[in-house]
Amino acid sequence: MTLLQFDRLTVAVSGRPVLRRVTLDVAAGEAVGLVGESGSGKSMTVRSVMRLLPAGATVGGTVRFDGADVGALDAAGLRRMRSRDVAMVFQDPRAVVNPVRTVGDFLTEVLRDQGTGRSEATRRAAAALSEVGVGDAMRRLQQRPYELSGGLLQRVVIAAALLTGPRLILADEPTTALDTTTQEEVVAILAEQRRLRGTTLMFITHDLELAAAVCDRIAVMYAGEIVEILPAARLHSDARHPYTRALLGSRPGAVAPGERLRTVPGVPQSALTAPPGCVFADRCPHAEARCRDVRPVFTGSAACHLLEVL
Amino acid sequence: MTALAIPVVRRAVPFAAVICLLVVLTAILAPWIAPYDPNAIDPLNAYAPFSAAHPLGTDDLGRDLLSRLIHGSRTSLAGPLIVVVAAGTIGATLAITAAWFGGWFDALMSRALDVLFAFPGLVLAITVAALFGSGFITPVVALSVAFVPVIARVMRAAALRERNLPYIEALRVQGFGAWRICLRHLVPNLAPLLMVQAAIGFGYAMIDLASISFLGLGLQPPAADWGLMIANGQPSILAGFPQQSVTAAVAVVITVVAFTAVAERLATRFGGDVR
Repeated sequence: MTLLQFDRLTVAVSGRPVLRRVTLDVAAGEAVGLVGESGSGKSMTVRSVMRLLPAGATVGGTVRFDGADVGALDAAGLRRMRSRDVAMVFQDPRAVVNPVRTVGDFLTEVLRDQGTGRSEATRRAAAALSEVGVGDAMRRLQQRPYELSGGLLQRVVIAAALLTGPRLILADEPTTALDTTTQEEVVAILAEQRRLRGTTLMFITHDLELAAAVCDRIAVMYAGEIVEILPAARLHSDARHPYTRALLGSRPGAVAPGERLRTVPGVPQSALTAPPGCVFADRCPHAEARCRDVRPVFTGSAACHLLEVL
Repeated sequence: MTALAIPVVRRAVPFAAVICLLVVLTAILAPWIAPYDPNAIDPLNAYAPFSAAHPLGTDDLGRDLLSRLIHGSRTSLAGPLIVVVAAGTIGATLAITAAWFGGWFDALMSRALDVLFAFPGLVLAITVAALFGSGFITPVVALSVAFVPVIARVMRAAALRERNLPYIEALRVQGFGAWRICLRHLVPNLAPLLMVQAAIGFGYAMIDLASISFLGLGLQPPAADWGLMIANGQPSILAGFPQQSVTAAVAVVITVVAFTAVAERLATRFGGDVR
């Protein structure tokens, strides 16, 4: 069953294109990774699910959550979706928690708002903290955000996201602001908990390996478009699009130790500056004349003229 | 440049806090600690010099000056207190609504406050008192209105900054309504700044209200009020008995300096641009 459906989603902010014809179906219980360079539209895609677009954004196409067009929801419907069905985990946990309230206040606020009693809400918050591996939960509930490390606080944020039993979790680079050593732990907890509950996940990251480890499928974005979608397990063997391959080739693990790291030549394009034909044409080692002039249609698993050849 | 830039003032802050406390206690306990009835006339004892019976002497009607000073602290403190509480409540409400909704509502509110801000508060209060009659309430209400833009401008800037922090967006993403986010998150987080604003405004309001009383547009005789005492003591100065005006003026100055010093210390403690 499809829980989340992007159908030719096109977003422009004050006339400048940001997303172009993003089409993606996410099945219930599935984890989909969105991968791409900065400015490729990953965050915007995910934010459009919550209708969190910047002021002055114009939207074409649709985003459907559980069959309902998100763009057509009224205020009450939008609030209901935000509070009950979809949870979001942001990049920097420090920024998204009210700095002067306790962890307990933060965790219980939604439950209390939905009519749960104080002691029951506290009990559930403590249980949620234990589930994400935060020990000494009752004491943590009394603490304030600045008393917790970034990794611990991100676990608190994840606990809050899981607490209301959402059907979809949107994780926007949840580990970018954390130390490298705590990143893996935090991601592992998020992945494990959502697997246990069968929650659908959209996971944004720069890190292909991480996406492959956490997700079932990976969608690669470039310049506001999805250029390739493939199963995470076959990321290395089946990647066809030159951009995906270039990304794979520029991983630190792709070269022998001591060698110079490979990069994708050229400068990342945004949806605004992308060439008229294939968005990747100016950086693609295989580009032909038609790549520069004719926009490739997304067929099978990727949008590339040379799919059969490569 | 704040008074705190002067080292002596900065070191004197704890001392100022004690003075504030004493003044407030005096106002609360006035009926019990004043040695005489402040309005008891004793013509035979007029212009009595400093003595054990009358530590500050008596005025032209033989009323005990210390008792009048002690009782005067009540209206002299209550006036500014009402002004900052009223102006703070209204100002903060306008500021947060403007910052929250933004757009034309914010623009309209800001321009309206600018217009009000252009009127000097004291002049506005004096005009209103002259039009609607003197007393305790009229100048206090007028001054409250005049103080609204002062507080609202600072609070709006702070509320705008706070409103754009990611945690507010995160709350919206969790489906909380504007009303709840404002009351449960914005207001408590802005409260320290509001307190500081109110504390600083207190000193200014006190001087303004004393000035209005001095001009005869505030409280009327025989009320014991510091501003009024300064005014009523003037003829006595010529008669060679300056105690009444001087002691009341000293009380106003000490109280204002003490409250402002504490307020500015709070301002540096809670950070931010307070004016």
